[in-house]
Amino acid sequence: MTGGHQTLALLLFSAFVAVTLGITTWVSRGRHGSAEEFYAGGRLFSPMENGFAIAGDYMSAASFLGISGLIALYGYDGLLYGVGFLVAWLVVLFLVAELVRNCGRFTLADVVAARMSERPVRIAAGTASVTVSVLYLVAQMVGAGSLVALLLGQTGEAAQSWAVIGVGALMVIYVSLGGMRATTWIQIVKAVLLIGGTVALTVLVLLRFHGDVDRLLLTAADRSGHGKAFLAPGLRYGGDWTSRLDFISLGIALVLGTAGLPHILSRFYTVPTARAARRSVVWSVGLIGSFYLMTIVLGFGAAALVGPDAVRRSNAAGNTAVPLLALDLGGGAGSTGGTVLFAIVAAIAFATILAVVAGITLASSASVAHDLYASLRRPRGKAPRSEVAVARCAAVGIGIVAIALGLLARDLNVAFLVGLAFAVAASANLPVLLYSLFWRGFTTRGAVWAVYGGLFPAIGLVLLSPVVSGSPGSLFPGVDFQYFPLENPGIVSIPLGFLAGWLGTVMSDEVADEAKYAETEVRSLTGAGAV
Amino acid sequence: MLPVCPSLGMQSSNGRSHGTGDGPESSAGHREEHGAAAHEVPFEDPWYDALAAGWGELDGTGRPAPAVPPARGEAGATAPRTRDVYLEVQRSEAFQEVRSRYRRFVVPGVAAFLVWYAAYVIAATTAPGLMARPVVGAVNVALLAGLGQFISTFLLTWAYARHARLRRDRAALELRWDTQELTRGVQGGAS
Repeated sequence: MTGGHQTLALLLFSAFVAVTLGITTWVSRGRHGSAEEFYAGGRLFSPMENGFAIAGDYMSAASFLGISGLIALYGYDGLLYGVGFLVAWLVVLFLVAELVRNCGRFTLADVVAARMSERPVRIAAGTASVTVSVLYLVAQMVGAGSLVALLLGQTGEAAQSWAVIGVGALMVIYVSLGGMRATTWIQIVKAVLLIGGTVALTVLVLLRFHGDVDRLLLTAADRSGHGKAFLAPGLRYGGDWTSRLDFISLGIALVLGTAGLPHILSRFYTVPTARAARRSVVWSVGLIGSFYLMTIVLGFGAAALVGPDAVRRSNAAGNTAVPLLALDLGGGAGSTGGTVLFAIVAAIAFATILAVVAGITLASSASVAHDLYASLRRPRGKAPRSEVAVARCAAVGIGIVAIALGLLARDLNVAFLVGLAFAVAASANLPVLLYSLFWRGFTTRGAVWAVYGGLFPAIGLVLLSPVVSGSPGSLFPGVDFQYFPLENPGIVSIPLGFLAGWLGTVMSDEVADEAKYAETEVRSLTGAGAV
Repeated sequence: MLPVCPSLGMQSSNGRSHGTGDGPESSAGHREEHGAAAHEVPFEDPWYDALAAGWGELDGTGRPAPAVPPARGEAGATAPRTRDVYLEVQRSEAFQEVRSRYRRFVVPGVAAFLVWYAAYVIAATTAPGLMARPVVGAVNVALLAGLGQFISTFLLTWAYARHARLRRDRAALELRWDTQELTRGVQGGAS
């Protein structure tokens, strides 16, 4: 590794940090610290702005680095991630976006708690949201770590840790100073940069093959050493039935998880109406869909031009395939073009991680302050200002937790880690959300059971899975308490979440309040009384 | 446009949704122009008026945790009657129509894309032979199916947005105004 691209990448990244810090101070000048302002940015973003911000929140390092890396290593099986991530938006659009915008204020718990006994439901939903956010944050931190490892070479262990800490510190500054308004603008800037960079790389890949996709695919298949099998499913998940089930589990988690991600749900509150929320989703589906189509090209391009072996040597999980591809597209290591492209891609990936991390931190600090702290501590008679202060402190705490876990989970594939976060979101958040929006007879006990009945199995199954122990690639390879064969718990924990919600409702003495359901239904579909 | 049901009709007056709060509405309209389809929207957002109407006044029975900024308003003497408003609106013909239009589109839509996605995932895991069958050049069934998922997602997104814009938005907005007017009337009369 030469010093040139490191310096340039650091310069570009510093420029991004400077611009975003500028945005943070600029948008937060003269703002009063109301909860409305901090959590929802005043609800005044336009659908297009919010659509870009949603895309920015969603197209994480996991997509940019992880999916292309998986495609470069395993061919078609990596592509399945992209399909799941995109189809998930139909669930969001059809069942969640408008209704949640109409019924809630800041968090998922608002929607559920409106119909139920508020305290237990808020505590449950808040806990689930924070758990999902922390898992997702860890994935981003791991992405930051592997990028730095690539930039600084294998010797940079300490520097890698410092970079993760630096990303964490920056995100805490953005979130605690700028709130939702600054975070949204950072997302927009980042989405534009990321899409611009991806388009440029895709064009370069296609130019290299003279626009012949067929030859791109064939070259990738040849270079991979798997031949035609590289272009068909099965290389990663096609072995025994355990790994096939694992894949189905992942597929379910991906498609159902997005609608339960707290940082995605909170984005719908930044626009004035449900119609604006719908139009932001339409924007983001367009952006996200095109982005995933391009990552497929980049993944096969990396397989064809860099080769799976070189990718694997650089990072066993494939997270560095795209930066290596950029180096090759620019003219190879040592050339000016390669150096510049590599630096740009690395800087964009850093920016991506930073922005996504800021979005998740904001959403989880909202859950801590608005749901957990407010329900548990009950500081009577204090103004909402103190809630924002709590949210700012929560952002710092969550940042520290994420940094620590990020350093621990350094060697796992980012896309895979995100798959776990999706599984937990789909198990703990989605059942309770759908039940409270659409089930007339849903009760408080049902809501609490639905959350915990999805959350605990999901977390427990991950702890007992080969990810944590019992196999060479796990977090603690030395010990073996692996009792659950699948890496992704979704196929078991998501039905359990729905089942627990149903059981809790059937077994509770409380009769669901007709009038409150009427209110939820009327408000969700018409927007009456929405803030 | 939907007929306003008799129970609502007594208290609703025509054209209210266009007559209230000109100033705020025009600023709402201005914001909308940032979006792509602003000119397709024949009516304006009442969001500003909704803020003025006050979330906190609307409804609610007792809250166990009053320190939480409530999703609904605090308990009040008017609460039972506000509850009745929502029940009344829910039973009204106009609302039933909006709801059934939403469900008639969403239920088959969700079923369709979930089945299509499940078929895709299951085929990818259980029938790799079928998925690997070449079609044109290097392109095989699996790649075409993946591309098909992207295309169907784009198409369904477009269809949903179009359906909601043409078939639901106007009726939902009228209902929103009627409902807010009714709750305001109930609260105004009691205080």
